[in-house]
Amino acid sequence: MAQHQVNYLKDGGLPVALTTIDKVVNWGRSNSLWALTYGLACCGIEMMASGASRYDFDRFGTIFRASPRQAELMVVAGTLTKKHAEFIRRLYDQMTEPKWVISMGSCANTGGMFNTYATVQGVDRVIPVDLYLPGCAPRPETLQYGVMMLQQKIRRESASRAQKPKRLM
Amino acid sequence: MRAYTPKDNVQKKPYYTDRYWVAPQVAKHDVSSDEVFAHDLDAIKAKFEVLDAYIQVDQMVVIINAADNFAVIEMLKNEREYNQLSEMSAIDWLATEGKFEVFYQMLSMSKRKRLRIKCKIDEKESLQSVEKLFRSADWSEREMYDMFGVVVNNHPFMKRILMPDDWEGFPLRKTYPLQGDEFAAWYEVDKIFGKEAREIIGPENRDPARIDRYDTERFSRLGHEVPRGTDITNGEPDTPLVYQEPEGVFLIEKFDAEQSVVISDRHR
Repeated sequence: MAQHQVNYLKDGGLPVALTTIDKVVNWGRSNSLWALTYGLACCGIEMMASGASRYDFDRFGTIFRASPRQAELMVVAGTLTKKHAEFIRRLYDQMTEPKWVISMGSCANTGGMFNTYATVQGVDRVIPVDLYLPGCAPRPETLQYGVMMLQQKIRRESASRAQKPKRLM
Repeated sequence: MRAYTPKDNVQKKPYYTDRYWVAPQVAKHDVSSDEVFAHDLDAIKAKFEVLDAYIQVDQMVVIINAADNFAVIEMLKNEREYNQLSEMSAIDWLATEGKFEVFYQMLSMSKRKRLRIKCKIDEKESLQSVEKLFRSADWSEREMYDMFGVVVNNHPFMKRILMPDDWEGFPLRKTYPLQGDEFAAWYEVDKIFGKEAREIIGPENRDPARIDRYDTERFSRLGHEVPRGTDITNGEPDTPLVYQEPEGVFLIEKFDAEQSVVISDRHR
């Protein structure tokens, strides 16, 4: 007797699933989005709450990593100052391709209420952004929805072609 | 009748000013009204020139020459028991007097008294550091330099503290624009991409609150998303939140609300 019950009437009688390379790769990519911990201000608190037990990002495969080498998603959570702009660019460059960026909250989107000399007026002046989350600060549900939208975006992309690196300029 | 002035941009310039309004002043009392302060002031006067002295909100303010600042504070610390420098910084009076006012806020734990030493310096004039007396002056003096450009002599590490090292300008001066000068506006672009990228990236949008309700190139309404560039002047359809593609996702089972079990008995 076989150890596992095999349904010989399904999938041509073999315990296999047929699919395309694209789908398998994108399934893997979209369900193991490792995010760089990038809490710059109060949005970082909401990002931490999203990672904690109530909202539990681990079940989406989104695990926060402390190193850009191990991350493929950057959630820019908070106010980006002009002094810090070069470091966010360096960390973005250190992340491995393919990589995605979520701009979380008003400050990261547009500079928000900090209409001053010291604040970058939107992180998209420095790094290319895939998804903008509105709110001040966005609730964890917003970030959760944003990550799921990003997963859909990743699944739409073709995995087999060479990844064209995103360039701001 | 009052002359008519256009009022369509009232937030930019006040069109009405009260001719009889007088700025409220905090009352200044004579130093002799407080015994402890009077003794302290006599001790300062014995050795140094005092330009003015008064008591405001139970705190004595002593105005001295800028050259005496180290010696006066040293004497107050060692002989008059003012053992804490709680705050120090500068005030920009360049527009009215052409000078900076530097203040040292001191606290005596044993006497339970607060004392403020003030002195005035010119824009290009430098000041003696009190970091040797109070460690708290280390960062305060660096911040004073960073924000006002007041250089302090004999400081162990005279460097900007908040702004980047290659920053130009002193942000807390009254002449510095709040939204930054040209250097500040292009700082991150110049530093990361170089000056030639200015044309590609473009100037900063300094009106982040500006939202065009019907602009689907740059905005989308949550719950009412439409493809980019669609004309929505005649309204837009409801688009319920979609967490997954409608045909489902490979290898991921879709949540079925019909087959799920709702636990109604919470003590089960």
